[in-house]
Amino acid sequence: MIFLKLIVTNLRRHAVRSLLSMAGIAFSVAAMLTVVTILQGAVRMFSGILSSNSQMIVFERDVSDLFFSSVPNAAVRRIAAMPMVAHADPVLFGIVSSASHPIITCFGVTPEDSRLRDATWIAGNRGDFTATSDGVVLGQRAAEFLNAKMGETVPIGHSSFHVIGILKTPNGFEDGGVFMPLAAAQEFFHKNGASSVITVKLRSKDDIPAFKKLVQSTDPDLIALKNQEFSRTYSQFKILKATAWAVGGCGLLLGGMGVANTMIMSVFTRIREIAILRANGFSHLQVGGIVLGESAIVSGIGAAVGLLVGASLLLILKNIAALDGYIDATMHPLVLLAVVALALLTGVAGALYPAFYAMRIRAVEALRFE
Amino acid sequence: MSSQRYAKDGAALRARNVWKSYDHGAITVLRGVDLEVQAGQTTALCGASGCGKSTLLHLLGGLDTCDRGTIEINGAEVQREADRLRLLRHEIGFVFQLHNLIPDLTLAENCLIPTVASGMDRRAAHARLAELAHRTGLGGRLNHRIQKLSGGERQRTALCRALMNKPRILLADEPTGSLDERTSAMVFDLLLEMAASEGVTLLMATHDRALAARCDRLVEMHDGTIHEFASVR
Repeated sequence: MIFLKLIVTNLRRHAVRSLLSMAGIAFSVAAMLTVVTILQGAVRMFSGILSSNSQMIVFERDVSDLFFSSVPNAAVRRIAAMPMVAHADPVLFGIVSSASHPIITCFGVTPEDSRLRDATWIAGNRGDFTATSDGVVLGQRAAEFLNAKMGETVPIGHSSFHVIGILKTPNGFEDGGVFMPLAAAQEFFHKNGASSVITVKLRSKDDIPAFKKLVQSTDPDLIALKNQEFSRTYSQFKILKATAWAVGGCGLLLGGMGVANTMIMSVFTRIREIAILRANGFSHLQVGGIVLGESAIVSGIGAAVGLLVGASLLLILKNIAALDGYIDATMHPLVLLAVVALALLTGVAGALYPAFYAMRIRAVEALRFE
Repeated sequence: MSSQRYAKDGAALRARNVWKSYDHGAITVLRGVDLEVQAGQTTALCGASGCGKSTLLHLLGGLDTCDRGTIEINGAEVQREADRLRLLRHEIGFVFQLHNLIPDLTLAENCLIPTVASGMDRRAAHARLAELAHRTGLGGRLNHRIQKLSGGERQRTALCRALMNKPRILLADEPTGSLDERTSAMVFDLLLEMAASEGVTLLMATHDRALAARCDRLVEMHDGTIHEFASVR
């Protein structure tokens, strides 16, 4: 109890300094939590697009970005005809802009595509998807921000399209996207005869190895990966995740430096007190424990406040109308754990030198310290 | 260091040819000090400022290490850091000129600090605190912060703290040096009374000849050496 009091006393003695250190850790934790959660949510949503009612994804080998992948129609037909394939949906990804929105994702798909099949059609029906050459189906959010209604004409990119349907999907990217017939999309994006990927559902999961081998033998320029494999290895996802952790890590590093500064000042201002403790039988470790305990409390409270601030920020971002559907604010327990653990670790690491300094204080000299 | 209570010859403290210098030998404070204090004895260490009294007490109390010579406490040589820690936790209590209490803590909390270091059972520690506070007249001030206490009360608190772990040896470095004459006499009376009732060996550095004369023995220090022993009683 006295040990804890010795720790808390010093925090209270320099309340403003302690609060500033806690704030440093709190903002670092909040930044890390927010950035990592948003980017991981984005990765999840994009993975969701690819894994819609499928197990495998086939795309051009060694491309850095799926938007640059080119899968020929002939390959689509070959893969769809493989005996173990239940269905194969070619998808062409494209990005266009409109006057009000700089980025609109376009999906060139076939009428049989599971995205169209599984979505809730608010207006129009799937049967009319390829009825006209300039017809597009809008996600509900895309219809809202493009201010487009069923039957109207909307400018998308350098052309105008006729809205032949509006659908609702749980995926933010799809709900804010434009669905075009594959052939029309190929023409619009100047990718005649090619798709970006093929999403494939097999008749049995046991066929996965055989399917991979078959794709490799028939189309060596393509690669087939399980959805989970793809999410794990796709370089863009890896870059996004690494960026998120790096940004958050930098924040925590700054927070840790703040803690280190506070703890060094804390030790310098209580040299005589430490000497008194040493003269009363405190060991080096007990003295170091006081400094580390102080930093653990600062980091712990900072991390707790940071989690609250981060969660609140995510909630606010999720409820901003312009971002509706694009922010997946689901906080993964492992991310929470990692952020808190990193915050505590940073705080304690920041206190290592001050603790070491405190442990080396010689009572007899420090008692003369004014 | 063994756990025996006293040396076979009854010496509680023994310094043999102890040398100590500072600033890489530029300032030599102790020059071959030999001193022996018998268990249960009260000894006054007198001498001018800077003659090495405090340094000797720090060495005997395990707060510092000597350059040459040996220190024995209760018959066992003090060599390692672990020995010094054991001394401070169980064998020796310190009272300084400046009370050296932690101002943000209460009287009780200050007194309990040594028991945290020694790992004394919490209930036993509180019982010991109540007993010492009662005997030093501080029973009603336990929850008072140090700033609220008078100089005499602070020094009495420091005495309580020094005795918390029931040490066999009490080292006091000018314990009344910062007090007025009346309070000084009162605190000194208490120091002798507590030393007698607790059965501890007392070695006290002081300038005050009148107070020193009330001890069993007087040791004179001059320029880092022991010059004379005068048995007062």
